[in-house]
Amino acid sequence: MSAGEQIDSLRLATAGSVDDGKSTLVGRLLHDTKSVLADQLEAVHRVSTARGLAEPDLSLLVDGLRAEREQGITIDVAYRYFATPRRSFVLADTPGHVQYTRNTVTGASTAQLAILLVDARRGVVEQTRRHAAVVALLGVPRLVLAVNKIDLIDYDEAAFRTISAEFAAHAAALGYASDAVVSIPVSALVGDNVVTASTRTPWYAGPTLLDHLETVPVAPDPHDVPFRFAVQYVIRPRTAEHPDYRGYAGQVAAGVIRPGDEVSVQPAGLRSRVTRIDTSDGPLDEAVAGRSVTLLLADELDIGRGDLISDVAEAPQAVTEIDTTVCWLAEKPLRPGARVLVKHGARTTQAVVSELVVRFDEQRLVSVAAPEELRLNEIGRVSLRTADPLPVDDYAISRRTGALLIIDPAEGNTLAAGLVGVPLRALQETADAAEPAVPGLRDEPVTGAEHADRATASR
Amino acid sequence: MNTAPTTGTTAEPETVHARAATPNRTLSGLDTLESEAIHVFREVAGEFDRPVVLFSGGKDSTVLVHLARKAFWPAPVPFALLHVDTGHNFPEVIEFRDRLVAEHGLRLEVAHVQDWIDDGRLTERPDGTRNPLQTVPLLDSIAEQRFDAVFGGGRRDEERARAKERIFSLRNAFGQWEPRRQRPELWNLYNGRHRPGEHVRVFPLSNWTELDVWNYIEREGIELPSIYYAHRREVHLRDGMLLAAGPWGGPRADEEVVERLIRYRTVGDGSCTGAVESSASTVAEVIAEVAASRLTERGATRADDRMSEAAMEDRKREGYF
Repeated sequence: MSAGEQIDSLRLATAGSVDDGKSTLVGRLLHDTKSVLADQLEAVHRVSTARGLAEPDLSLLVDGLRAEREQGITIDVAYRYFATPRRSFVLADTPGHVQYTRNTVTGASTAQLAILLVDARRGVVEQTRRHAAVVALLGVPRLVLAVNKIDLIDYDEAAFRTISAEFAAHAAALGYASDAVVSIPVSALVGDNVVTASTRTPWYAGPTLLDHLETVPVAPDPHDVPFRFAVQYVIRPRTAEHPDYRGYAGQVAAGVIRPGDEVSVQPAGLRSRVTRIDTSDGPLDEAVAGRSVTLLLADELDIGRGDLISDVAEAPQAVTEIDTTVCWLAEKPLRPGARVLVKHGARTTQAVVSELVVRFDEQRLVSVAAPEELRLNEIGRVSLRTADPLPVDDYAISRRTGALLIIDPAEGNTLAAGLVGVPLRALQETADAAEPAVPGLRDEPVTGAEHADRATASR
Repeated sequence: MNTAPTTGTTAEPETVHARAATPNRTLSGLDTLESEAIHVFREVAGEFDRPVVLFSGGKDSTVLVHLARKAFWPAPVPFALLHVDTGHNFPEVIEFRDRLVAEHGLRLEVAHVQDWIDDGRLTERPDGTRNPLQTVPLLDSIAEQRFDAVFGGGRRDEERARAKERIFSLRNAFGQWEPRRQRPELWNLYNGRHRPGEHVRVFPLSNWTELDVWNYIEREGIELPSIYYAHRREVHLRDGMLLAAGPWGGPRADEEVVERLIRYRTVGDGSCTGAVESSASTVAEVIAEVAASRLTERGATRADDRMSEAAMEDRKREGYF
């Protein structure tokens, strides 16, 4: 086995307001970990010189689309890759504009850690609180606050402590334990505490950003929760060699499975026993969350794509009424009675949004009862009524089997991220004391600068 | 290979219900990537009517085919392979392509760029390079054969415009990619819905880096065309690249031909695929070289990607990979 096979990987997401220097920070991480190679760097130097800049603009390493380079903005989630001898990293770099909350949701959905950026001169702003709430809602286990541009406030310890304390209080309100949140004073432009420890912050004894990313425990997919496995595909070779082979292919979504384990199959409620866990490299003694395998069962059952194989003792209940928190990602607002498609695991079914229960103001952590509609980038709680029963779990317990996609049946666009239940305790508590909505009143205007999903406004 | 690798990390409970998990149950980075790619293959097989895998005989598409075989084992891969052949391929690569297809009982369809040139649907470029000419035969083949999902070996680490690419990438009826129209991609729930005439490009290797690919090739013992490893070849220097003579043309009068010990980091149209001087003759030596390399693979060896800062973005919009 080579060294490259041994190391683990961490998936992380970045979020920050416009102009907090996120592209520069990511560029700095890539540059200082030697993940930027000579030809890319040469291109950056060439363009920087052509623009008359004194220093190479590291944000050029990551702002990939021509429109972005021309306008100096980032318009979509970009994925970056860097590695050190200790760990490899997949970084979802998400833009910080208000109207791009959808990108924060996207990046956070697979992240094990989120880096939030603030400008040391401005401290924790509304967007920081919004981004932290979205990241918490999506169940990202760990947070890092990068207090950037620390050079512009003369490496002032008191200012850093104030920002750090304010953020810690907000993270605690969102349900984060104190050891899951770290604040680091950095200058992405100059390089302080990103990869190299700064001599200009002697009052800071903590790790550099990269040290922290390399050593923070990787939160594994949960193994000690009940077993869940969505059947994606039924493998039936019908060859001379395997005339009667019938395997259920999928990826373990939660828990662990071993040969001999009793399982139940939802939504039909059938029972059987796992006889073998197959891979093309041979059978496995056990399969853990995240691994793609093929299960063979003791009984001849009618099982197909979309069914869920699960732990017998703690099988999920297949339901058609689902209390769901949604992050609305489409330009077309959501109104009660909307007909949608819902994808859960490997099953897609028709559904109706029967009720808009509340709209959350995730920045102030309060909620408004019975809103008329949910608009782009708003988060709320809805009741879904599905045509087929879905064996869902609470998102707070299982990020994979508690997640839903909400899709436009006509256009095919993804309209919303759905999270079963209300995963954010802070929001749940205020939902019970929600104020009725005042029609037309919003805390902030929703800009129409969203170009992603051109949904039809009316039918 | 079937033992869960130990990573030495202390597992953290991700949920309120999780007790401390066993440390050695964390999948390694490579296992995570493999499982993710297999999941993508099965998702497409379950949701699409006519998927096809683009296969050129290069290292990324060879890894792609390896993963497809793993995803459906012991059943055969339930879709065909498609090669858009520029006619400017290295003979070693074509030989390898045909042998791999025969060995594993796969179905290969070839769209020859030459046919499009012969009947006037395409015109040869003055510079002789045929990589950009692949787009039309690809889109024609997709339309003619009604492919609704097209697997490619594209990776997001290859180039800045690709960093924005989704694993499921919707293309309109003209095969075009619109960066602002990409759907948000959440968790591992992929949305493959499309209207008649549209198709979805699918990139199972999205999260792999060049080094991941080579580490996987080593771990799985995947065979590649011989030109990926060091060999002696007559080359000539053009635009800072070492090019080999072939049906696509040879050295100009003012270009000196020299014999060098070289290998290829990417395999494309021979007119614009440069070699690198290398003595790496085994996978392990290639890994060591890639890890130490100071040039990204495309920047070092592919003239077509150096055309302009926005070259790749423009070509993706046209329907290129």
